[in-house]
Parts: sequence; C-alpha cells; structure tokens
Amino acid sequence: MTAHPHPDDRAPAPIRAAALEALLTEKGLVNAGGLDGLINRFVNDVGPMNGAKVVARAWTDPDYKERLLADGTAAVGEFGFSGPQGEHIVVVENSDQQHNVVVCTLCSCYPWPLLGLPPSWYKDPAYRSRIVREPRAVLAEMGLKLDDGVSVTVWDSSAENRYFILPQRPAGTEGMTEEDLASLVTRESMVGVAAVGAPT
Amino acid sequence: MDGIHDMGGQDGWGTVVIDPDEKVFDAPWEGRAFAMGAMSAGLTGTNLDAFRHSLERLHPLDYLSDGYYGRWLACAESLLVDHGVLPEGAVDARARNMLGTNVPEPTETSGEKPQYERNGGGSLRQIDDPPTFAVGDRVLAKDMYRRGHHRMPAYVRGHVGTIVAVRPAAVLPDSTAHFVAEDAQHVYTVEFSSTVLWGPDAEPSTLHIDLFESYMEATS
Repeated sequence: MTAHPHPDDRAPAPIRAAALEALLTEKGLVNAGGLDGLINRFVNDVGPMNGAKVVARAWTDPDYKERLLADGTAAVGEFGFSGPQGEHIVVVENSDQQHNVVVCTLCSCYPWPLLGLPPSWYKDPAYRSRIVREPRAVLAEMGLKLDDGVSVTVWDSSAENRYFILPQRPAGTEGMTEEDLASLVTRESMVGVAAVGAPT
Repeated sequence: MDGIHDMGGQDGWGTVVIDPDEKVFDAPWEGRAFAMGAMSAGLTGTNLDAFRHSLERLHPLDYLSDGYYGRWLACAESLLVDHGVLPEGAVDARARNMLGTNVPEPTETSGEKPQYERNGGGSLRQIDDPPTFAVGDRVLAKDMYRRGHHRMPAYVRGHVGTIVAVRPAAVLPDSTAHFVAEDAQHVYTVEFSSTVLWGPDAEPSTLHIDLFESYMEATS
C-alpha cells in the first residue's frame, strides 16, 4: 500500500474546523452568523418532516399524487420545497408488487429539500456497497422483510436526479388527517429501507 | 477515477446500522465543516463536481477514517488552497497555534480560480441536440477507465442494459470537475438485471442508474 501521506499528525478535526473558520473570517469570506444560518436551516427547517408532508398529501389527494409522480420537482415545489440537491426530483411509488430503494454508491447524493442531510447509515460503506448487490438481504437486516413475489428495484443516484420514495399507506389509517398521517412517515420509509408502520 | 469512493458491489463492509437517535450533526464542528464545505465551491469559483472529485482524491485511509464531515472539511481546505484563497499549510499552522504551539503561518497563496465558462447555476441545462437514445433502447455501458472525475461506477461498466427514462440534460462532471467546459449531455436512467451485473446466482433484483450519453454505446 502507498505510504500514508501524514502518519496522522493532523490536529483534531474540531480544531482544524475552527482554524479554517478563523482564516476565512479574517479574509471577510465567511462570518459566524452566515454559517449559523446555514447550519440552523438544516438542523431545524429542512428534514424528513418536509418529505412526510408530501407523502401525506399524496395519500389523501389523488390529483396531487398524480402530479407528484408525473413531475416531482414541480409537485414538491407546491410546498415551497426546492434548493440544492433538489434540481430534478423523481418520485417512485412502492406497492405490494414493486419495492424501490435509493442509494448513491459513488458519494452520498440525497434529496436535501425533502429529507435534509443524509443519515450515517446512508453514507456508510456497508449500505453503499451492498444495497446494489444484495438488496433483499440488506433490507431484511434493516428490518424490512420482502416477500419473494415482490420485485425490487435499486436506484443508484449517479447524476443530478434525486429519487424520493412514496411509501405505501398503512392499513388502519382511514379517516386520519393529513397532519396525523405525516407524523407516521419516517425518513427510512422515504428512502425505501422501511415500511410505514400502522398507528399505535 | 477508480478509487475508494466507488463502493457499489464491494464485499466485506458488514451490517448496516441505523442509529434512531442520530442528530443532524453529532458535534458542533461537523456543522461548521458542512457549512464551509457547502460554501467552498462558491468561494473558489469551482463547482460541485470539483468538490466531489476532491472527495475521491483523499487518501483512501483518510476517506474511511475521517467520516463524512471530516471529508467535507478536508475537501473545503483543499479547494481553498488549490484555488488561491488560502496558503498551503495555513489551516495546519493556525490549528497548531490554537493548540498552543508557536509556528509561523504561511502568507503566500498559489493556485488561482479556474477560468471556464458557466452557462447558468446548478447542473441542469437545455441542449439543442436531440437525445441519441430512446426508452427501450439496449445500450452497452462502456468499459472506460478515466484518470479524472467521472460518474460511471465500475460495477456497471461493460454490461448491457436498457434505457428506461430520458432525464434532463446536465453538465458533464468529467469536464466541469476539471474546468474544461460544461459539455452538457443528455442523461438517461438505465436498467440492468442483477444477474447481468452479479452473475447467475445473484439475488433477483433490478438496478436503475443514471448515466451520461457519452458513457454508453448502442448495442443489440
């Protein structure tokens, strides 16, 4: 193996991040408030709760669902969801016959406007390496056991299209409000590694 | 380039673990690294593809050990140094000084902002040429080996698939990552059978992957 370029003598990451911020601040290129704003946006305002609203609307409004499957970018834009990593949103629907699951094997591309920043499991080598080759085994390990009769399609996000899963509406949710339905929808179900559970 | 980042199909990485209590950022520095990483392409006049290429060029040991936001931090620094915003070694020297040692900080930058024409924000483009391929066409993913940046995972190269969707045209990462041009091309979703990719004993499944037009050729 090639010798490691620096036999890890780097300062710890928190110090290097602080050093980088100090240097860029001195040059007038960033300021603490600007960084805080971007961080707060992804901690508080953009996350799976956005995607959950889209799913709940699609479950309760057939016209919306039709628009969502036909042109995901425009349909999620009706909620004001847009921005980086959301240039072209493609929504695919899971059903009793067809299960879809999303990955980015080359990096960690993910539909930020709908789901926020990706969770660790999505970025880890185990998921990126295995889901394209043995999706049923990986999904079963993650708690989603699919019947043999269900077809599985894995979507590898290798360009600028961002894939978003419309999970199946669970039984026993008839009559629930859109807001209550949204509270059932998990991040994992919108990537395709989990089903949405019935209300407890 | 063929590197540690191209993980599709590798064995040996173990079980996928979901942490139900995971926070967006595990520590404050991860948020700072994310924000500066997200801003680094704009500050350097580079682009998202160049950022992704800088991730790929990390030493494989660092790629694995730094974690996601550690990689972002390293890439932000390398873009800022390579394109003349910060002197080489400046972050390291400042970090050491913050830790209480007293080392001189470099002041001379090298490198410069790239000069190439961008035809808009984002990556999607309208192009005049009609798509070469149509839904239903059989295509061969070229068996290509490029030293620079590209978005063709090794695991599909040399295999035959079927076009299932024509997507919006986009700038070609192979060109933009190296500041050559935009070279916008049509992008297609291509379907491959698991047994084509992984052999006759593979789990039954279908792969859909997005490939640029120049990555493929027509086949029967």
